[in-house]
Amino acid sequence: MPDSQPNAVSVTINGTQIEAEAGELVIAAADRNGVHIPRFCYHERMSSVGMCRMCLVEVDTGRGPMLQPSCMISVTDGMIVDTESDQTKRAQEGILEFLLINHPLDCPVCDKGGECPLQDQTVAYGPGESRFIEEKRHYEKPIPISDLVHLDRERCILCDRCTRFADEVAGDPLIQFTERGNETQVLTFPNEPFSSYFSGNTVQICPVGALTAAPYRFKARPWDLEQVESTCTTCSVGCRVAVQSSRNELVRYLGVDIDPVNHGWLCDKGRFDFEAIKSPNRLETPLIRDPNDKDQLIETTWGAALAASADAIKEARSGKIGVIGGSRLTNEDAYAWAKLAGSVIGTNNVDAQLGDGLPGKVVLGLPGATIDEACSADTVLVIGPDLKEELPILHLRLRGAAKKKKVKVVEITPLQTGVSSYAHRSIVCRSGEAAKTLKSLLTSDDELSQEIRSGSVVVILGRSSLAESALPAIEVASVITEELPKAKFLVALRRGNVRGAIDMGLSPGLLPGRVPLENPNDEIKKIWAKVPTVEGLDTAGMLRAAADGQLDVLILVGADPLVDFPDQDLANRGLRGAKFVVAIDNFPTLSVANADVVLPATAYGEKGGTTTNIEGRVSRLAQLVTSPSAARDDWMIASELAWRLGGDLKFSSMEEIWSEIEQVAPSHNGITLEKIWADETRDGILITETSIQLAIEPSGETPVVDGYGLRLISGRKLYDAGTQTSNCASLSALAQDAELRVNPTELERLGIQDGSEVTIISTKATGVAIAIADESIPRGTAVLPFNNPGIRANLFINSELPVTDIRIETR
Amino acid sequence: MTFFTEENLELAHEIIGRYPKQRSAMIPLLHLAQEQSGWVTEEAMKQIGVLVGTSSAEVLGTCSFYEMFKRHEVGKYVVNICTTMSCALLGAEELLEHAETRLGIKAGSTTSDGLFTLEGAECQAACTEAPCLQVNYRHQYRVTPSDFDQLIDELADPNNEETPRHGVLAQIRQHIPVERSVGAVHPDLVNVPPVWIEEKKEANS
Repeated sequence: MPDSQPNAVSVTINGTQIEAEAGELVIAAADRNGVHIPRFCYHERMSSVGMCRMCLVEVDTGRGPMLQPSCMISVTDGMIVDTESDQTKRAQEGILEFLLINHPLDCPVCDKGGECPLQDQTVAYGPGESRFIEEKRHYEKPIPISDLVHLDRERCILCDRCTRFADEVAGDPLIQFTERGNETQVLTFPNEPFSSYFSGNTVQICPVGALTAAPYRFKARPWDLEQVESTCTTCSVGCRVAVQSSRNELVRYLGVDIDPVNHGWLCDKGRFDFEAIKSPNRLETPLIRDPNDKDQLIETTWGAALAASADAIKEARSGKIGVIGGSRLTNEDAYAWAKLAGSVIGTNNVDAQLGDGLPGKVVLGLPGATIDEACSADTVLVIGPDLKEELPILHLRLRGAAKKKKVKVVEITPLQTGVSSYAHRSIVCRSGEAAKTLKSLLTSDDELSQEIRSGSVVVILGRSSLAESALPAIEVASVITEELPKAKFLVALRRGNVRGAIDMGLSPGLLPGRVPLENPNDEIKKIWAKVPTVEGLDTAGMLRAAADGQLDVLILVGADPLVDFPDQDLANRGLRGAKFVVAIDNFPTLSVANADVVLPATAYGEKGGTTTNIEGRVSRLAQLVTSPSAARDDWMIASELAWRLGGDLKFSSMEEIWSEIEQVAPSHNGITLEKIWADETRDGILITETSIQLAIEPSGETPVVDGYGLRLISGRKLYDAGTQTSNCASLSALAQDAELRVNPTELERLGIQDGSEVTIISTKATGVAIAIADESIPRGTAVLPFNNPGIRANLFINSELPVTDIRIETR
Repeated sequence: MTFFTEENLELAHEIIGRYPKQRSAMIPLLHLAQEQSGWVTEEAMKQIGVLVGTSSAEVLGTCSFYEMFKRHEVGKYVVNICTTMSCALLGAEELLEHAETRLGIKAGSTTSDGLFTLEGAECQAACTEAPCLQVNYRHQYRVTPSDFDQLIDELADPNNEETPRHGVLAQIRQHIPVERSVGAVHPDLVNVPPVWIEEKKEANS
């Protein structure tokens, strides 16, 4: 939609007078008033191009009616539009006859058949027969244009939707119209595949079966599909999705357009990772350490596994129990676990984050911004992870806003990111020193400083590198609250429902409903058997305590600290140091293999509930398939354990849990089940209330630069060796092998050949990786992806230090 | 990755400098690439993409739109025989057939010595001079089969310097002096009217 002025104009569509916004397109005005004009190329989230001519309608602006493409003309006062006149019908028939000249009509073998706009509109508006008897155009079909997308050029009607999306929305113009005239076809450059993180969207918006997704090809027919609307929990953006299944198996996700979040788009990881849920690697039965062979886990019954876990918890010294994880869970699950830990076990050693985010109190204490606010602020400061890799749809929204000049993006980063390409200014700072750089920018006489100070500011704040501790990010928050007191924050945490888990109290020092531990509300005192009073340990603290023999039982709720905690050495010592480890998970992860009892949990799509995105927006999750095994919902496991520990969580369904959350959590008061399930709440319910008063104490420490070392920078890639991706056949191959990227001058200085094997030495470990010379990496730093196949960065990171420096040597 | 010769790369940067938006230099650079190797190679398109800041797919999209950018190796001389209306009426088909026999190749292919590529072409806007043809886009009018044979003989002579090889745009290179250049100012950043408007005003007053 073009920029609309507030003044309304009056337009007559099919004899009915309607009010439209000046500047609005005729087709959009018709849509808003329930008049459907057929179209192929027009898409409300992209610019109009008038390629397909299907939306021709008769328009009279005082000079008599004439055919005009309704996606290319704006409404004017007094305009008369007829979408059903004889002329319009003749035009529609003509266009469809033209479009079908070369379309192969292979509907019976086409994935799109049954949900195909070309098929549907041919039936609805087509002439019914063709005068064309010549041979149709032929191309090799289909050709893979990437690992995920196949292209059938015979079916293509050249609507420019996919190519426009790739260029305009995704910013990856890797598919283009090539050749011309009758030969025009969509193609990639030879040997340069359409490797966009957002390629799946082109499949969804293709109005014919020209683009098909490899993971869905020939898997189901649209009329066999069952569908529910849900929310994606792959990352914490919380995109709305339609989840589709066939024969009790997830087969496809489609993006659903909601205005505040995803605009209908999904990233490819979110779109295709359903394959992991039906992966044969899923944990199916409870496992227990074999009493005869301590190196082995053997299958057991739920009863035995739960009893063993409960016994271990009972035997543990008081307060020497810790619960790590919870961001995989639904809000209800997270609440159940928070209640189990607090009310039954009596500990506040709970942390949904794995030392890779920001403290829960900071997350809830900073004044929050929505994605929409970020996309309409005068300035967005991005100081955090590479949004393109970690929160792809937030990146897409921000990119769209920046490209339309609605927002000025300023980035302070230790290295080039996906954001840099559309940033107004991308300031490279030394890793760990963003706060210093920000402060000197804001206090300088740089024009930008004035621009930032004079307008509204949203800060997207997170950990720029997992080789940095949370301190540098907290320092940034403290500089901002000091220098830009009106700025709002969008905290860039990555994991699915991490925000919901923190809201539910799975963070040390917090109680459900964004309440500080030291000041519990009355409802919780009433409903919980006991409320912990001593602030517990965070994940790093728990692992450290366990390593020192100060923690007896560690419960991992969907957490894999060996892989995800930034300091593998500490995680390893922690897991070994704990007397008993219970792991609740979907997959046999590295940490699961080290547990004493393993309890299989149900996965996405197998349970309903609610989830909360980074903005604090609560939206619905829906159940569609049943778990293939003996897996149980996480809240049920918590309930069972509570019962075996002599407590009672007092709920027996997700709905009952929500009702209790609504009562106990002050921030969630008034958000009843009815509200959650109301149709209007498709967009989710934004919760802004918080009782957390933020007090940031700047440490003022600047990391010491080790003159000989390279500062390690490590971030996550969208496709990595993470559990979800590596159990997903279509995506696992997309994870690139871990390589150490270093500025060529550093390699030269050290006498290391580009592409050769090097030894990485840190205070924690020594390992081998391939060193690649990369001009874009600042001097004095080395970049290793956090968790890509080959070598993990958390081998080298010392989480006790604000930054980690490494040395590299030739082998 | 590096397709352009050092000299041409310098020229490429000069060409890019003439435009407020780098991307606008794409077609001139494609010409330069074709001039360098006689046709536009994949390496050329890749490097042009890097030089003007777009994907190579976008360069391919633009390049493939234009028939006169050749994406396959062609002969030193590309002979286009017009086969549209006026020429067709005055013997273009016979001329094309004669050309095929004389060169021993079908239209659309290149002689084995790499000298000639023969093509049937659309109207060359010389209908009063039918039948006509072009050699590297230089017109020949009212061509009879014997004219054609003579033309081929002349072109095949290694001493022939009159028609430069395919891809050469001009034999005299034009350079725009810095003071005449528009300058690489992005259109969005231009907030004053162009200098020449002021100059014109002064001259007129």
